[in-house]
Amino acid sequence: MKTPPASGPRQADGRTGQRSLLVKILARPEVGVFLGAVAVYVFFLIAAPPVRDGSSMANILYQSSTLGIVTIPVALLMIGGEFDLSAGVGVITSALTASMLAYQLTLNVWVGVIAALVVSLAIGFFNGWMVVKTGLPSFLVTLGTFLILQGVNLAVTKLVTGNVATDDISDMDGFDQARKVFASSFDIGGVQVKITVFWWLLFAIIATWVLMRTKYGNWTFAVGGNQDSARAVGVPVAFTKISLFMLVGFGAWFVGMHQLFSFNTVQSGEGVGQELIYISGAVIGGCLLTGGFGTAIGPVFGAFMFGMVQQGIVYAGWNPDWFKAFLGVMLLGAVLINLWVQRTMTRR
Amino acid sequence: MKEKNPETHGEIIPDSGPQGEDGVLVELRNAGKSYGNIRALHGVDLQVRPSQVTCVLGDNGAGKSTLIKIISGLHQHTEGEFLVDGAPVRFSSPRDALDKGIATVYQDLATVPLMPVWRNFFLGSEMTKGPWPVRRLDIERMKRTADHELREMGIVLNDLEQPIGTLSGGQRQCVAIARAVYFGARVLILDEPTAALGVKQSGVVLKYIAAARDRGLGVIFITHNPHHAYMVGDHFSVLRLGTMELSASRAQVSLEELTNHMAGGAELAALKHELSQVSGVDVKGLPEREDLTAPLAAGGPEGKA
Repeated sequence: MKTPPASGPRQADGRTGQRSLLVKILARPEVGVFLGAVAVYVFFLIAAPPVRDGSSMANILYQSSTLGIVTIPVALLMIGGEFDLSAGVGVITSALTASMLAYQLTLNVWVGVIAALVVSLAIGFFNGWMVVKTGLPSFLVTLGTFLILQGVNLAVTKLVTGNVATDDISDMDGFDQARKVFASSFDIGGVQVKITVFWWLLFAIIATWVLMRTKYGNWTFAVGGNQDSARAVGVPVAFTKISLFMLVGFGAWFVGMHQLFSFNTVQSGEGVGQELIYISGAVIGGCLLTGGFGTAIGPVFGAFMFGMVQQGIVYAGWNPDWFKAFLGVMLLGAVLINLWVQRTMTRR
Repeated sequence: MKEKNPETHGEIIPDSGPQGEDGVLVELRNAGKSYGNIRALHGVDLQVRPSQVTCVLGDNGAGKSTLIKIISGLHQHTEGEFLVDGAPVRFSSPRDALDKGIATVYQDLATVPLMPVWRNFFLGSEMTKGPWPVRRLDIERMKRTADHELREMGIVLNDLEQPIGTLSGGQRQCVAIARAVYFGARVLILDEPTAALGVKQSGVVLKYIAAARDRGLGVIFITHNPHHAYMVGDHFSVLRLGTMELSASRAQVSLEELTNHMAGGAELAALKHELSQVSGVDVKGLPEREDLTAPLAAGGPEGKA
């Protein structure tokens, strides 16, 4: 063992050139989206003067955070090689569960909150379990869950309340406390900032740490990059994938609770279409749709771009209908950048 | 395993494999595997002992891959017995096999192309530090260890952060073998490690196999190259159409015979006679059936003739 094998080059033999620093930096998944976010920000600073105001910025960040809190776990799931179409309606399912359970049984709202968490995690578990056990594409499995939840949301709400919305729970036990956690505001330099912004950034930091610095993060990249190889070297593929789906459930629960405690009622038909915004946010944030590559911080910028555009259009006084068109352009741009990155990374 | 065996239409010769002082690490007794109604493998006996290289040879589709998938825990056998340290086992995942000290270097190398070299090296067995919930990867130690182990293999990389997909096939092979050896395998399964390599790099791999053997590991070396097998092998098993055609120790078989068996053995001798009917084909150099003197497992094609 001590004698070096004869033919192995002891020195780099000059055939493996260093990749240039510029390529290395640009190959970072979050760099593209960071530049994009800066560009969009500057654009609206010029086009929409009200954006320069601090409270407008707080509003933009708030908008971004409600998208971003779900976009982060959706991005982790995408790095793990799967995606979840049921996240958007899952948010509403969670809010409905908490609201109706607490109201109908006249319980402390925290009971509803915990029950909603259990339901959201169970939906995630079901998605993950189906994908892992059947080997079906997650697109199909979660499309099924998406349709099921969409129907259940409407039907059950009508059955229980006789209405498409839930009853106002603002006078119930524990409401004020729960509102503090999920939907309060802070005063920072005279600007009211919603608590979801802090949660969003906190989750992003935790997700980044987990992804880059823990075993679980390593496994996430591995199951997305090459599932068979990961299994062969002993990575618990089923556990990793199922838990990633459950993390999306957690994100959906959190935003669901935020909606419930800021608006007191829930519209059962909402949430449809949001799942695509989350997925777009993750892709714009530099995650490969095919898995195995991405960051947790990129989707933060991705969500910020969305929030910026959504509010920026309003502040600029344009027709808000343009939002989706902007979104589409950003998505295509991001996909092209990703494609280029993937080719650069694997080129020898 | 020494008796008449209905599954293979004939008699299996006593396993005259190397009789070491130490116990048998891994043993297959009349093992087989069916995928639905397709029998990929049947009636296979194999013993792996410490400090010995057991070569499994065979043509494409002979069942080599199925055999190692059983031992490495990717698939379960459907017939016969599979023993580790004398106790019957049934692995449900490669993790079980790894826990028993059986490590496998796969043909496709089991690497994740977009992940950095050092992350691939430690994938599934990461080093960590700190208490839960802040238990984290010990990145410095992993990088240092990976670099050290790779240098032992004669691989010097500019940057362990580069995605493993950017390395050459030979380099990736060495990373995969270094990984298996580093993780304290008692039994190392190498699935065609030299198949995709050039002459020089094959030499490096063969040296590493010998080194692993000298360390006391039991090595299962899957190959279809009898020359490579004969350089390091202590025991040779030739698979053919899912069953054992030959099982012999180094003393019982010559390289020439091994080559003949690999090339098709008795079938080739029959082919020679057919070819001799065709004008212009020179058959003088081809082996006769009588040349094959090594003990045959009777389950091969000639058993059915």
